[in-house]
Amino acid sequence: MLNFSKINTLIIYFIFFFVAIFTFLNFQTNDNSYIDKKINLGLDLQGGSYLLLEINSDSLIQEKIQDKVIPLKKLLKENKIDYSNFKINNQSLSLNINDLDKFDLLFNSRKDNSVNPYIDNYRSYELTYKKISNNLVEIMFSKYGLLTINNSALKQSIEIVRRRIDDVGTKEPTILQRGEKRILIELPGLKDPERIKALLGKTAQLNFRLVSENSEFGTDKLISENDEKLNVSKRIIMSGENLIDAQPNINNQNNEPTVSFTLDRLGAQKFGRATTDNVGKRLAIVLDGEIVSAPSINEAITSGSGMISGNFSFQEATDLALLLRSGALPTPLKVVEERTVGPDLGEDSIKSGTTSLIIGFILVILFMFYKYKIFGLIANTALIANLLMLIGILTILEATLTLPGIAGIILTVGMAVDANVLIFERIREELKTEKSIIHAFDTGYTKAKITVLDANITTLIAAIILFAFGSGPVKGFAITLGIGIITTLFTAYFLARHLTSLVVLNTKNKEIKI
Amino acid sequence: MNNKFNFSSKFRLANIFSLILFLSSILFILFKGLNYGIDFKGGTLIELRSTSIDASEIRSELNKMNLGDVNVKKFGQEGDFLIKVEQKENNGNKIIPQIKKKLSNNLNTEINFRRVENVGPKVSSELLKSGIIAISLSLAAMLFYIWIRFEWQFSIGSIIALFHDVVITLGIFSVLSLEINLSIIAAVLTIVGYSMNDTVVIYDRIRENLNKYNRLNISEIADLSINDTLARTIITSITTLLALLSIFILGGEILRGFSLAMILGVVIGTYSSIFVASPMLKFFKVTYKTLEKEEEKIVP
Repeated sequence: MLNFSKINTLIIYFIFFFVAIFTFLNFQTNDNSYIDKKINLGLDLQGGSYLLLEINSDSLIQEKIQDKVIPLKKLLKENKIDYSNFKINNQSLSLNINDLDKFDLLFNSRKDNSVNPYIDNYRSYELTYKKISNNLVEIMFSKYGLLTINNSALKQSIEIVRRRIDDVGTKEPTILQRGEKRILIELPGLKDPERIKALLGKTAQLNFRLVSENSEFGTDKLISENDEKLNVSKRIIMSGENLIDAQPNINNQNNEPTVSFTLDRLGAQKFGRATTDNVGKRLAIVLDGEIVSAPSINEAITSGSGMISGNFSFQEATDLALLLRSGALPTPLKVVEERTVGPDLGEDSIKSGTTSLIIGFILVILFMFYKYKIFGLIANTALIANLLMLIGILTILEATLTLPGIAGIILTVGMAVDANVLIFERIREELKTEKSIIHAFDTGYTKAKITVLDANITTLIAAIILFAFGSGPVKGFAITLGIGIITTLFTAYFLARHLTSLVVLNTKNKEIKI
Repeated sequence: MNNKFNFSSKFRLANIFSLILFLSSILFILFKGLNYGIDFKGGTLIELRSTSIDASEIRSELNKMNLGDVNVKKFGQEGDFLIKVEQKENNGNKIIPQIKKKLSNNLNTEINFRRVENVGPKVSSELLKSGIIAISLSLAAMLFYIWIRFEWQFSIGSIIALFHDVVITLGIFSVLSLEINLSIIAAVLTIVGYSMNDTVVIYDRIRENLNKYNRLNISEIADLSINDTLARTIITSITTLLALLSIFILGGEILRGFSLAMILGVVIGTYSSIFVASPMLKFFKVTYKTLEKEEEKIVP
């Protein structure tokens, strides 16, 4: 175990230097170097905001099932299937059908089935039905139909969330899908997430609807910005989908902040027609079911652009314009988890983390030197090499360092010496019975090998499981702990062993104490 | 180390001691319960720094808001406070800006909100579930690993020692009402790894000595093996504890619970490798023949 060929020695030191050198990339200040790799600081160290959002597709499913009503009725009529008692429930439709066999055949036909399309990806129909009693059936979305709705809503939401966040202009946001219903957002450096939360909390569904004089059928009672009770027609003249652009402005006449908007061709046509026919009436601009303002139509607007005023502050006008530009979210989003760390706490954490790392390191080094003298120095050299390699690998992987991650490094320092302690203690035992010193060292290393391996694999298992199940900062701990074990094995079994062999082989026949 | 301690004569006493600790820990966990943090219970946590207010002012201000169960305490250095608000249905999205505004406006002082966390009820129950799965899975993985590397007696012995460590560590957290959060789960998993590491070293030596001295009985073998590895056990515990103490004292308030759990775990884990895992082999009547069977299996 003490003989190293020249080539082995070379390989060992090459690997060490190659990995360790990356450590120093973290200290360079200029950004235009050849290799631009650095350890990322987690949000708990650099400050920032972590948000987990969840979509709520209930209202969307309700909407989608209502969209099926007219095509379904049409289909049944065309195929002369009699039905009665047609009811729209919360997320399903129910109806009485006499000829169920015919219905089934029609409902589950793969050809040109526009009511209940077949989803090839999932090998399933979009809808399914359940026989409740003799002739009563309930139609609802199938499991995969729901999944498709959820998926597309989530994808669309992510896109719109990205647009809104980019528009606010935070640096390097991370926006990821998490599972079937969630969006993970990381906003490094953001001190106060309230504005972003407020922006993401609005679906921003914009409608233009006419105000009617009386509360006839087909109107909603809404309250205007001036606390006026208005009856607003349910019929939507034009919605936010027809908007191409929206910008905050200051009205020249009264210095009020407003939002000016531009419509696409279809929107301009619709808007032009509606304003031409209804001069003198009031037009309600409704955002998420609340009236923003309800101005009177003074003249036909055919230019395809317009202006919204509504007692805004400039900030509110800016945010409204941003929301309108980015488009409406398909479903409301809810913040289900939020973690924000201020930049000064992050700095404090880096400071206390580094201090405890340095002090812990010095304590361990002093103790090892006190305990093993010259071999303590070898163990300590291995420990320093270990630390350099650990940070080097983290740099190569561009891993994210968190506060628990720093704790993992400190813990690695404490536990890494174990490998060398195991070996040295074994050698001590061998020296008691073995006359040849070199032989004693040799068998010491050989016999300790299995134990060192077994002992470290157990910790590695714990680290891997923690990595798989942990979240956020805790994952950072699992990474440093796991990589620490690998560098520990390398430094103990290659570097320290080589250094030991140098000491042992060069002090032949003299007394060696360990 | 030449000191020979007669560990096996203390096994019975130690086992009674362990059993009492273990059972009372279970009773505490069941009846007093664990003090779950917002990670596992849901709710809102705010850490703030301000020079000129005290906890009672914050408390009375928050009580006016009718938030339900509010807990305000000093945290770390002078002027730092930690506010915890219990989860109420659907208040998560709006409660934080409300609290911030209220405190900044009414207390007439500059407040630095250093940390804000809010965990919804769904997420917190998921986090708790995945924490429990992670700990169970790590125990199962250890059981499996030792079963492959040793005989089943060793496997069962080491798992009982691990249970002992995890339950007593959590029991102490229950007695002291210390908070259980995500980092404590990380600590418990690391304790599992560390304690297993310690046990494996002794088991390895027991296996070696069983082969070497087949006339000695298991108590004598255990004694011999524990003494052989004692120096290593102590030195490694010391270096690990040195590192952990450094985190505990200097690592800041956030890592305090984590490092405390680890310190407890290292002490208990070291004890259990000697006084729980080793006697288990005696209980299972392990002899050198136990190992021979294994060898026959491997080399047909």
